[in-house]
Amino acid sequence: MISMTPRKDIPLIRTIATPAVAILLTLIIGASIFAILGFSPTGALYEFFVAPVSRLDQIGDLFVKACPLIITATGLVFCYRANVWNIGAEGQLIFGAIFSGWVALNFPDLPMMVMMPAMILASIAGGIFWALIPALLKVRFNTNEILVSLMLTYVATLFIDWLVRGPWRDPMSFGFPLTKMYSDAALIHRVDLFGAGMLGQLHWGVVGALILALIGAFVLSRTILGFQVKVMGDAPRAGRFAGFNPGLVTIGVMALAGGAAGLAGMVEVSASMGQLQPNVSFGYGFTAIIVAFLARLNPIGVIFAGLVVALAELGGDNAQMVLGMPKVVTGVFKGVLLFMLLAGETFNRYHITWHGRRASQPEP
Amino acid sequence: MPAKKQTSKSSKQNASQTPLLEAIDVCKSFGDFTANQDVCFKINSGEIRALLGENGAGKSTFVKIIYGLLQPDRGVLRWNGQPLSIRGPQQARDLGIGMVFQHFSLFDALTVAENIQLAMPPGESIADLSERIARISKEYGIGVDPEARVHNLSVGQQQRVEIIRCLLLDPKLLIMDEPTSVLTPQETEQLFTVLRRFAQNGMAVLFISHKLDEIRALTTAATVLRRGQVVGTVDTAGKTSRELAEMMIGVKVKDVARQTAPARAKLLFSVTGLNRPRESAFSVALRDVSIEAFAGEVFGIAGIAGNGQDELMEALIGEWRPGGRNIIHLDGADLSQEGPSGRRIAGIGFVPEERNGHAAVPSMSLSDNALLTGHALNGTVRAGILNLGGIRDRAAAIAEAFDVRLPGVNPLASSLSGGNLQKFVVGREIIKTPRVLIVSQPTWGVDVGAAVFIRKAMLDLAKQGSAVVVISQDLEEIFAISHKVAVLHDGILSPAIPAKDLTAEKVGLLMGGSGHGDGATA
Repeated sequence: MISMTPRKDIPLIRTIATPAVAILLTLIIGASIFAILGFSPTGALYEFFVAPVSRLDQIGDLFVKACPLIITATGLVFCYRANVWNIGAEGQLIFGAIFSGWVALNFPDLPMMVMMPAMILASIAGGIFWALIPALLKVRFNTNEILVSLMLTYVATLFIDWLVRGPWRDPMSFGFPLTKMYSDAALIHRVDLFGAGMLGQLHWGVVGALILALIGAFVLSRTILGFQVKVMGDAPRAGRFAGFNPGLVTIGVMALAGGAAGLAGMVEVSASMGQLQPNVSFGYGFTAIIVAFLARLNPIGVIFAGLVVALAELGGDNAQMVLGMPKVVTGVFKGVLLFMLLAGETFNRYHITWHGRRASQPEP
Repeated sequence: MPAKKQTSKSSKQNASQTPLLEAIDVCKSFGDFTANQDVCFKINSGEIRALLGENGAGKSTFVKIIYGLLQPDRGVLRWNGQPLSIRGPQQARDLGIGMVFQHFSLFDALTVAENIQLAMPPGESIADLSERIARISKEYGIGVDPEARVHNLSVGQQQRVEIIRCLLLDPKLLIMDEPTSVLTPQETEQLFTVLRRFAQNGMAVLFISHKLDEIRALTTAATVLRRGQVVGTVDTAGKTSRELAEMMIGVKVKDVARQTAPARAKLLFSVTGLNRPRESAFSVALRDVSIEAFAGEVFGIAGIAGNGQDELMEALIGEWRPGGRNIIHLDGADLSQEGPSGRRIAGIGFVPEERNGHAAVPSMSLSDNALLTGHALNGTVRAGILNLGGIRDRAAAIAEAFDVRLPGVNPLASSLSGGNLQKFVVGREIIKTPRVLIVSQPTWGVDVGAAVFIRKAMLDLAKQGSAVVVISQDLEEIFAISHKVAVLHDGILSPAIPAKDLTAEKVGLLMGGSGHGDGATA
């Protein structure tokens, strides 16, 4: 039998060393897999980890890839800290894209100073709308938010699919399921710091995402709102004793996560696509769950975890393109990486003991 | 596997008999904290021995070492004279060491026999087991029905299930960890009778407690631990409770005398006709509960656990609110519909019974726990943003004023011993000088030193003109600090009796229900 007991004091050096060891193990295991499959281990690892970030503009692209993950995961951190299991960020993200898309498509002549705030607010409202359904059902009828939020994701996916094939389809799209292009005022522009293209696709949404994560960290650690969330997650009874309303906290964190996911949907469409299409998200809402946990439910950690996951994604794409590596192999490698990081974190936080014999009496 | 040869200190005292269990120079540290230092201890077959000490004195650590739950850093254990190391509870049980924990590990939904079967080696049928349970319970006079479901049993009966579970393994040494903290006086007496019978049959009983009168009633010898070290092994018959307490805490205990009600004072806090429906099979309905607490008074609510204390406390805190108005008043203001924060702002402080997860969040720091009941008050939160420095100062001030011993700067609540955390959660409220303090089980599972301190702090608060409402199962405590006492039985609160008219018999009868019957059944 194995038992896990939380460690009391974790030295900082171990907290830093753990992910390093995890990545080292990933490299060893990955190299073995690549070697067995007939790829050059060093070459494959180079294409995975080095090639995608070997130029300044590629680093910019890495941040672009991480952007929706960082925004969404920052919101999810609040849910999971409060023990509210919102699995439906993907659907909330899509609804953010739909609401902001409605503004962009119906009022294309708005000036940017009006358009951007309106789209941002609309996207947040859309995400909140979709997140409040499972939240209110949970508070009112004690439904399971995991199931409801997950199922609503499929509804959202099909709904946007219907919109862009049906009522919102651009008549000039030659039958493609696409809306009209957004007007220029509805697009998020690139950051042209060192001259056009020097930072790749890096856009202002990335800057916003980083600021959002910092704000999230502040709210969680330094405000009464964050305190409520943590108390409710750690000891709900103590939360009620403190005078916090469990229903309000549930609704609050779901709205936060929904709003953040909705914003991510708007940023993704306005910065990278310029129009609505059936796939506005490539599983960002689900990947963000991994990012949130990889970050140990810490908004600052979300930035780094988002970048790591984004690098694994870009590296996988790159290995497929350059080496002709099958997609399943890159998927396995990404899986090994995430598994190692999460397992390392578990070993860091818990002391694992093995018992030779089965304990037959429950011990308190 | 003896680490070193010992010069046997035991031989001179009891040369004729090899002790059943002997511990020699047992040491155990957790990080910098020394829980046991050179503890020497022995117990003979047929002996009832008390292990006495404050919370954090190292009793639990020592017992866990004997039971194999912890491994000593140094030192030797001898069983029937043979040195050995006990690697786990299973080995301890195989040797013949049984332990009844303070907190039971029974499944509510299963029957007594099913619960016991889970702890037994596989292969025995429920019918055979039930028969053995019946036989053992008859042999020792421990009334337990093998077919009864655990959730229908009183705490005392559940404890008997735990004892029988140990007896079936035919133990030579039975360890009882704070067994009487959950029992009524009558149940305690029955337990003692049973334990004495065990001793007559040659079993050794190690009885852990901090209730001094009980130790003197039950045992002849007590080993006293203080700060991880054995202070001495004493003959309990020759000592008064006060002397034992002094050995245990190392300072003179200032006894709290029976309180006399102050001159007619102002009515500060009142509950009028509070009703609460029964919400589940395990809860108790409150029926027409009325409380009148005057300035300068301690209002004691006695009663056996599970008679509506939790439900009443929730209603007083405001975690549960009654439907109507004009039920709960503070100095004329209707607080019936206020939540916990509103009631705190009005000037009430609360200390619920359960420290971990209710009064405090174990995984959070002390300053976070100070914020838990302080966030609605001045100086902690400005425009939603925490004043971290101020909150930390507040936590430090509480620790300072209430003698909370901290293992570090702003430690996690879980790193404090029970007594220290209790001093913190009580101090957290008293430091605000609330007009009314409502406390449930203020000294449950707390060492004598901390208990005396907490009781004195509550009395001092009353002296300053506040009203204090104390819900407690501990009659001694109720008698010592209350000016008036009411008894909660089956959700009904008796009229309040002034302290001077109180007798243990009167209260005991009320606790058993309506003034007749023996009060042993809950």
